Amino acid sequence: MAINTMKQVNQINLISFGITDKALLEILRAEIARIFSCKVNHKEARTELGQFFDGARRQYNADSLLQMVDQNYSKAESKTVGLFQVDLFIPILTYIFGQAYLNGSSAVASGYRLVDERYGIKTNRQNYPERFLKEVIHELGHNFGLIHCRNIGCVMQASTYVEDIDLKNADFCPVCRKQLEQ
Amino acid sequence: MKKNSILIVDDEASVRDSLYNWFLEDGFEVSCAEDASKALKILDHEHFDIILADIKMPGMDGLELLRRIKQIKPDAIIIIITAFATVDTAVQALKDGAFDYVTKPFDPDDLSHLIRNALRQVSLKEENETLRERVSALEQVEDIIGESQAVKKMLTEVEQVAQSNTSVIITGESGTGKELIAKAIHANSLRKFFPLVSVHCGALTESLLESELFGHEKGAFTGAVYTRKGRFEMADNGTIFLDEIATISSKMQVELLRVLESKSFVRVGGNKTITSDFRVICATNRDLKKMVNEGSFREDLYYRLNVVNINVPPLRERKDDIPLLVNYFIAKYCKSMSRPLVNMEAAAMKRLQDYDFPGNVRELENIIERAIVVGNGKEIKLRDLPLSKPVTLSKTESLNDLEKQHIAQVLTKYSWNISRAAQALGIDRVTLYNKIKKYDLKQ
Repeated sequence: MAINTMKQVNQINLISFGITDKALLEILRAEIARIFSCKVNHKEARTELGQFFDGARRQYNADSLLQMVDQNYSKAESKTVGLFQVDLFIPILTYIFGQAYLNGSSAVASGYRLVDERYGIKTNRQNYPERFLKEVIHELGHNFGLIHCRNIGCVMQASTYVEDIDLKNADFCPVCRKQLEQ
Repeated sequence: MKKNSILIVDDEASVRDSLYNWFLEDGFEVSCAEDASKALKILDHEHFDIILADIKMPGMDGLELLRRIKQIKPDAIIIIITAFATVDTAVQALKDGAFDYVTKPFDPDDLSHLIRNALRQVSLKEENETLRERVSALEQVEDIIGESQAVKKMLTEVEQVAQSNTSVIITGESGTGKELIAKAIHANSLRKFFPLVSVHCGALTESLLESELFGHEKGAFTGAVYTRKGRFEMADNGTIFLDEIATISSKMQVELLRVLESKSFVRVGGNKTITSDFRVICATNRDLKKMVNEGSFREDLYYRLNVVNINVPPLRERKDDIPLLVNYFIAKYCKSMSRPLVNMEAAAMKRLQDYDFPGNVRELENIIERAIVVGNGKEIKLRDLPLSKPVTLSKTESLNDLEKQHIAQVLTKYSWNISRAAQALGIDRVTLYNKIKKYDLKQ
C-alpha cells in the first residue's frame, strides 16, 4: 500500500550526488522539514555516475538514476530524493528538471538546468537555491501522490522552463495541501 | 473531475515508461501497448481521448495503425511520434488524419503544448456535440407552430408530462410532427442536458433493430468489426424516442418489455449486463389499442408504454394554423437558401387553406420549399403550388364555379399558354378566350 500522506512518513532523506554547496543543502533541508513537517536527513552519496551517462546524448538517464536511488537509498516509511548537478534526460524528452515515482518512495532532481547562464541570461545565483527547493518539493509532491496542479502559484504546477519555476511558490496550494495532509 | 485518458503505443519500453510516468504525473489515465496489434485490441473495448503512436514499430507501423484507427474511430485524436522525421511521412500522417506529428526526443514544453492543444480539441468536440444536441432540441421546440385550440391543448399536455419520468405514446397521422413533440418533451424535462436518442423502428429489420437498440460486441455477427454501444446505452440519463413502435416484431416486443422493466440489457454477442437510466417516448400512426385487440401488439407492453398519450391533431383539423405555418416555412427556407423573404399571394394562401393535407405539416413544408425554389423570388403564386389533390368543393358551388375553377387550374398548369390549355380542355382558342372573359380569369 502506498504511503502518501504526511502523517505516514516519518522522514525525508536527501542524498546528494556531487553537490558540495553546503549552504544550498542546508536551505533545502530546513525548508523541506518546515513544509512537510517531518525530519529531514542529508547524506552524501559516493556512487559513480559514469554508468548513467549516455554518450550519444551527452546527458544522464534520469530513469536509471531514479531506479538506482530507489534500490540503494530508499527506506521504509520515508521518501528519498537524489540531488544531482548533471543534465538529466528521459528517452522521449530533451531534458527534465526532475523525476519521481508517483505514489512511490523515491525521486531525483537536478540543479544543472536551473541556472540562468544555461539560457543565455545574465547570471543571478540568488534565485538558484529557491528554484532547486521548488523542484525538490515538486518531486516529493509526486511521491506523496499529487499530480500536476492548474493553480499558477502552486508548487505542483508543471514547469518546463526556469521562468515557470520562478512564477510559482515554494509551497502547495490549499487543495494540494489538503490532499497531502489527509 | 473526469480524468483524460491516453494510450501510448511504442515498441521501446524506455519510451513507454518515460511517457507513462510523465502523463501519470500530469493526471492522465495512462495505458500502454508495445505494438499496433495490441493497441487495436485495447481500442476494441476502451476509449481514449488521445493516442500517441510511434511510427516505426515491428509488424504494423504507426501510419498503418493510424489508418486502421481512423477507419473505426474517425474522431480519434492521434499524435504520431518518431525518431526519424521526414517531410514525406509527416505529410502522409497528417493526410491520414493525425492530429500532429512530433520528432523525439522533444522539448518538454513542446509536449505540454501539444497535449494542451489536443485536449482543447477533445473538449471543443465534446462541447460542440452537446451544444448541437441542445440547439437542435431547442430549435425543434420552436418549430411547433400554431395558435389553434388543438395545438394549445397539446402543448399544455407536453408541459404537464415533460417534468415527470413517465412513458409517453405520441399518436397522430404521418407528417403531423410527432418527433417534434418528443423533442419538446425532452427539452422541457430534467433530462434535457443528456441525449435524446431517436430510433426509427420501421426502417430496420428485426436483427438490425436488436443490434441498434442493445449494441453489439465485436464479432457478434458478420460485419460487426468493432464493439458498438446500443441506443439504450447512449440514452443513459436521457430519453429514447422509438418512432413507429407498432412495426416491431413480436420477439422485439418481448425484449423491449423486459428492458423497460429492468432497465438492463446485454449487448448482442456479449455477456455483460449493462444498465441504463432512460425515459421512453414512443410514436405511432397506428391504432395500438386495436392492434392489442387483434393480438398483433402485446397488451402488457402497450400498458407499459401508454402511461400518457398525446395525440397530435392532423393539419386539416387546425386549418387556422396554416397561415402561421406558411410564414414560418417561408422564413425558414428563404434563410437557408439565402434568398430575400417572399410573400404569398392571397389566392395561393386560400388554396392551401382549402386543401386537406393528407401528408399534414410535412406536406405543407415540402410545398413551401418547392414553391420558393421554382417561384419568381418575390411572391409565391398559385401556379407555384404543386397540389396533387383538387380543392375540396362545397355543396353550394355551382357547375359554373366548377368550370371556372377547372379552367383556372388548366391555365395555371400550362402557364397561361392559351393554345395548349385549349387543347387540353378540348375546346378551341376562341371559346377559351370567351370563358376567360366570362369568368374574369386573370394571370
